Amino acid sequence: MTAFTRLTSKAVPLLLDDVDTDIITPIGRVLQGREAMVKYAFEPLRFDETGAPRADCPLNDPVFQGAEILLAGANFGCGSSRETAAWAVKALGFRAVVATGFGAIFESNCFRNGILPVSLPSDAVRALAETARDGGDLSLDLDARSVDDGRTRLTFPISDFRREGLLRGVDELDLILGRLGDIAAFEAADRALRPWVSPVRPSAAVAPNLSDGR
Amino acid sequence: MRPATLFEKLWNAHRIADVGDGADLIRIDRHFLHDLSGPLSLKMLGDRGLRVRAPQLTFAMADHGVPTAPGAWLEGNERALQALRAACARHGVRLFDLGSAEQGIVHVTGPELGLTLPGLSIVCGDSHTSTHGAFGALAWGVGNTEVLHVLATQALVVPRPATMRIRCEGRLAPGVAAKDLILTLIGRLGTAGASGHAVEFAGTAIDAMSMEDRMSLCNLATELGATFALIAPDAVTEAYVRDRAYAPRGAEWTDAVAAWRRLPTDPEATFDSEVVADAAAVAPQVTWGVTPQDVAGIDGRVPDPAAAPDPATRRRWEAALDYMGLQPGAPISGVAIQNVFIGSCANGRLGDLQAAAHVVRGRRVPAHVRAWIVPGSQAVSQAARAEGLDRVFLDAGFAWREPGCSMCLGMNGDVVAPGERCVSTSNRNFVGRQGPGARTHLASPQMAAAAAVAGALVDVREILR
Repeated sequence: MTAFTRLTSKAVPLLLDDVDTDIITPIGRVLQGREAMVKYAFEPLRFDETGAPRADCPLNDPVFQGAEILLAGANFGCGSSRETAAWAVKALGFRAVVATGFGAIFESNCFRNGILPVSLPSDAVRALAETARDGGDLSLDLDARSVDDGRTRLTFPISDFRREGLLRGVDELDLILGRLGDIAAFEAADRALRPWVSPVRPSAAVAPNLSDGR
Repeated sequence: MRPATLFEKLWNAHRIADVGDGADLIRIDRHFLHDLSGPLSLKMLGDRGLRVRAPQLTFAMADHGVPTAPGAWLEGNERALQALRAACARHGVRLFDLGSAEQGIVHVTGPELGLTLPGLSIVCGDSHTSTHGAFGALAWGVGNTEVLHVLATQALVVPRPATMRIRCEGRLAPGVAAKDLILTLIGRLGTAGASGHAVEFAGTAIDAMSMEDRMSLCNLATELGATFALIAPDAVTEAYVRDRAYAPRGAEWTDAVAAWRRLPTDPEATFDSEVVADAAAVAPQVTWGVTPQDVAGIDGRVPDPAAAPDPATRRRWEAALDYMGLQPGAPISGVAIQNVFIGSCANGRLGDLQAAAHVVRGRRVPAHVRAWIVPGSQAVSQAARAEGLDRVFLDAGFAWREPGCSMCLGMNGDVVAPGERCVSTSNRNFVGRQGPGARTHLASPQMAAAAAVAGALVDVREILR
């Protein structure tokens, strides 16, 4: 996976709350394939009912062309677990999303795709958006856990585990595969403790029980 | 021993290793795949030259893209299911395929089959996996890459979440459903109110609920932002699980039950935060906007953006009312509707259909309203038909469809026309969720049934009076 250390870039201010993964990658577009998924990312925000680009959407504003940082509101990426949302954000050229908060699965998906999700209080994100609208760059430094807009330098929270993973571009699957010994030892001990968990065998003789439990 | 919460007991029982700084390697007991996220992750597995580590703990369902009218496939969806079939056959994974008596929505069939048990860790590439937490299982939704991790290793790296308990005290009033309770909580706490938390629902209102209602509650905990939803297993849970096709039996059942009875939160254990809700005060709810927190009682009004607490909320409400075609300050009750969808992993179970049928019996759906019943599974469909519920709905003018996710996410062609309203028992009223331009009003099965026969949003308690 691509490592993330530092990034200085323009930023697109999309300060809406609750931008869900159905908005980021509408299911109808996901089904049309990767090209449509990327082209129509954020479709309800970027295009009107006739399919024409909305001039007032910051994602369509030529001023922010080439921005690698997305500024967002609260609960960005809430909703479905579809990882297409993270893929589309990355395909649009964003390597970091700075928001007031994230949907948990989207945030987790970001880390596994080399995207840095940064959570900051809403007034801090609004101040960064001011800088972005004035044409200023933002600088993210993951090692220092900081974001700097040339006026103010803020630090953001991130766990050491996530930070190390992004800094070194760790593939989490490799990390887990490196623990297969631990996993096998756990399984052996667990089988003695909870023998009913595995293997799972159906009982052919029993009809489905449809009582609601009461 | 230190007092522990249900969540802590489950977490500790599945912790393989501490990988540092608040994250643990967690063992996965059950892995559910489906036709939307499954094929891609299985392809990723193949691309890396890896095998499914525990096919006997992995179960696949055909639900997201399947047609709910026989043979009415969208091309890509059929290809996805074929890819899932091929990969399951190659890796020895059991698929509950279209045409089998066990087919249905993963969060309905898992519990129905007894694959979902108290004390297990369960993941699925689907955000509503929190549903299974109703059994006292550690269950959560994951992305495609994590599905790959579980396929390859039967383990996941998971950050330890904060804990929250929501005590729901008192009894729900007649005509008020578990769905109304959770929508009320989402309206009060917000869609990020429990963001990333492990939420335990407790209290007398929960104790009195059926497993089906507990599943509805835990299903929508995702819309509170919760990663994990939990309810302690009790006698209701045991009665539900007992004799299910894949449930343990004999001596294993006895041992399992003894272990499950040690799971509930210890009296002295503490949570990072606590919320108390009065279940008796909950009224039937309907959403008016584009996130589940945009909700009001059926006797309430559409909010006025001019009265919003801050500019950001005002803009959000304005956009929501614009999309939904609603006037500020208008009464919720009386808004004309064109579609009703009763089904989904939130409310597609037998009890949901029984509650809706109770409202519909002897009444008619107006000709201009398209009303659908989409049972959550073949087993639900069969049981409902055995009770004659299909006749009740068909006689009233409903369509009776085949099981699947259907109009909850509209990926199989079951969509609402642009600009039309749909009263839906599903869990998301997002922009475009039920089709581009579709206007979704989330509600309970009772309220959806009442809207179907009234042709408008209406208080089910008035219909039944």
